[in-house]
Amino acid sequence: MSDIALSRRRFLVAGGGLLMGTLAASSGAIALLAPTRSWAVELAHFDTHQSQTLLQMCRVLYPHDTLDDAAYALVVKDLDVAADDEAVRALLIDGVADLDSASADTWLAADPATRLAQIESIEGTPFFSTVRSTAVVSLYSSALSYAHFGYPGPQGDAGYLHRGFNDLDWLPDPPDSASGPIPDDSRA
Amino acid sequence: MGQYDNRKTFAADDDSVVVIVGSGAGGGTLANALAQKGIDVVLLEAGGLHTAADFIADEWPSFNQIAWTDVRTASGPWQLATDFPKLPAWICKTVGGSSVHWAGASLRFQEHEFKAKSTYGDIDGANMLDWPITLDELAPWYDRAEKMLHVTRTNGLPGLPGNNNFNVMYAGAQKLGYSECSTGHMAINSVTKDGRPHCMQRGFCFQGCRFQAKWSTLYTEIPAALATGHAELRVRSHVAHIEHDEKGRASGVIYFDGEGKKQRQKARAVAVAGNSIESPRLLLNSASSLFPDGLANGSGQVGRNYMRHTTGSVFGEFPDPVEMYRGTVMAGIIQDEARHDPRRGFAAGYEFETISLGLAFTAAFLKPGAWGADFTSAIDQYRHMAGMWIVGEDLPQEDNRVTLNGDIKDAFGLPVADVWYADHVNDTAMRNHAFEQGSKLYDAVGAKRIHRTPPYPSTHNMGTCRMSEKPEDGVCNKHGQTHEVANLFISDGSQFTTSAAENPTLTIVSLALRQADYIADQINRRVI
Repeated sequence: MSDIALSRRRFLVAGGGLLMGTLAASSGAIALLAPTRSWAVELAHFDTHQSQTLLQMCRVLYPHDTLDDAAYALVVKDLDVAADDEAVRALLIDGVADLDSASADTWLAADPATRLAQIESIEGTPFFSTVRSTAVVSLYSSALSYAHFGYPGPQGDAGYLHRGFNDLDWLPDPPDSASGPIPDDSRA
Repeated sequence: MGQYDNRKTFAADDDSVVVIVGSGAGGGTLANALAQKGIDVVLLEAGGLHTAADFIADEWPSFNQIAWTDVRTASGPWQLATDFPKLPAWICKTVGGSSVHWAGASLRFQEHEFKAKSTYGDIDGANMLDWPITLDELAPWYDRAEKMLHVTRTNGLPGLPGNNNFNVMYAGAQKLGYSECSTGHMAINSVTKDGRPHCMQRGFCFQGCRFQAKWSTLYTEIPAALATGHAELRVRSHVAHIEHDEKGRASGVIYFDGEGKKQRQKARAVAVAGNSIESPRLLLNSASSLFPDGLANGSGQVGRNYMRHTTGSVFGEFPDPVEMYRGTVMAGIIQDEARHDPRRGFAAGYEFETISLGLAFTAAFLKPGAWGADFTSAIDQYRHMAGMWIVGEDLPQEDNRVTLNGDIKDAFGLPVADVWYADHVNDTAMRNHAFEQGSKLYDAVGAKRIHRTPPYPSTHNMGTCRMSEKPEDGVCNKHGQTHEVANLFISDGSQFTTSAAENPTLTIVSLALRQADYIADQINRRVI
């Protein structure tokens, strides 16, 4: 009972929101990784509007049309962790509010060109830099992104000696004098 | 008994031991070479023990595991101070030091590079000096180091097979008329040897070699040293000060152990091998009434002449896939530009070596600070990218230096290192030449777009306690023995007089082997 009350209180006080989505049918590689097509990221510090604004800001910073929102949501998740620090939390929440107050309605409601122009206008601010420097790490360092971009990442741990390390076929092979022999385990 | 268990431990007040600070290519090699001679060694490593089984095949998680992430600052006009103000260097804090992270390129310095001042002449703004040692003098220890590291194309060992990234480099090199392009000299097993397997072309060389095919002191020199019963490894032991007696001889070290408790270890000699940022920091933090400007710093040269190689990378996007991440990171080299030929508009030379980054580090390093559609269109081409790294000789400059940051202290209350650096006009001319040649190379094999990537946080750190014939020109003599303190040695790349165009590790190892012979001789003759 008290647990529930506490959770509810945290939800209300800290404004904890939820980012949810459904994997698009086109995000094939990512969909293979996921047990279901719907996903949700629980956040401690941002409400749904704030988290959706941050997610869309990441899409403006690092636009990949066919990369699913789920990959960008991981950036928002990391920003949420960073927001455990009170100063960072204020920076991010105020940053979203500033984007909105500079917009006719909300920043999210603006057209893509206006959104981009607004982000360009805040380049170099601490808010911009915090989101950008988090995004460039979090966005490209996840299983979801590795699958999207065709990078095997940790799946390469066993090595490519027998899995195409030298399979490039659009240039002539270097001569033996410049390269070296494939090791022969049967002789080891 | 595990290979990292200490067979023998030494008392804190045992002043017969040689204390070595740092377990990387310099310190780890020195520890084993001394222990093999029966000399007792206490090896202090600031980082923890991460064995090959612990390595992580994922760039950022691995970085957080093995890199030195304690705060340092970068200052000065170099681009790195803007791009990575809190990360001037990409080196390691783990048993084995940066020999866990290095890519394995093992080249001897060229004869003329030991005579930089005589060969290049005096250059405005540069603090030129010849090494007090020649290639001929070092050659016997290069021989030993190449055997020890199983360097390919030496001692009858074959070269490594080239991967896709090398294939692109090689084809481009032919188009440009380069004649010295191969899979190079690598401290990576091309055949199974001495209980370590051949390379499995895994990639992730920078993240630690899972198969232990790449030489690292972590699984070669350090276990071998411990097995002698003459070496004790203490991990998570961060040395804060070197102490000296009233005669000005090093008497021991003060360090913080894994619990943050202050410990003192007495010593008959101290060897400093904390990499070229931490080593001068330690000497500067060891200032005393007898050595007011820092230990062994009567010349004022401690921390100065910091070098980090003239680097940069060229990445090309091609119509067809390359998959550069497959296989060894430094899979090939071009050495045609490594000569000294002032007609190119600069002194000294540079190497091209293939480099590959995973998706995560490509995003972080391709164009630091970049965002927007132009940047992401490059990332979309990740699988089609090939990459080359520039490694060139940068010139020593007095003002390029490691100092103590007056404002920021580490977890133990010690001032952190600040690294101030400015490119010399020679460095810039060389980098531009290399960018031009590298771009032509990829153009010649059909690149659709080429990226000139600025330097990464420095992995090659050199020169901050340099060797010199005369005490007033440097910090140590040709054995790494400091001019002022006879039982204090510099055992890492800090002792480099100049940076040469080659990756530093083979030379660090050779100097450490040579230094071990010298220290043993000094002990036998009771000089130290």
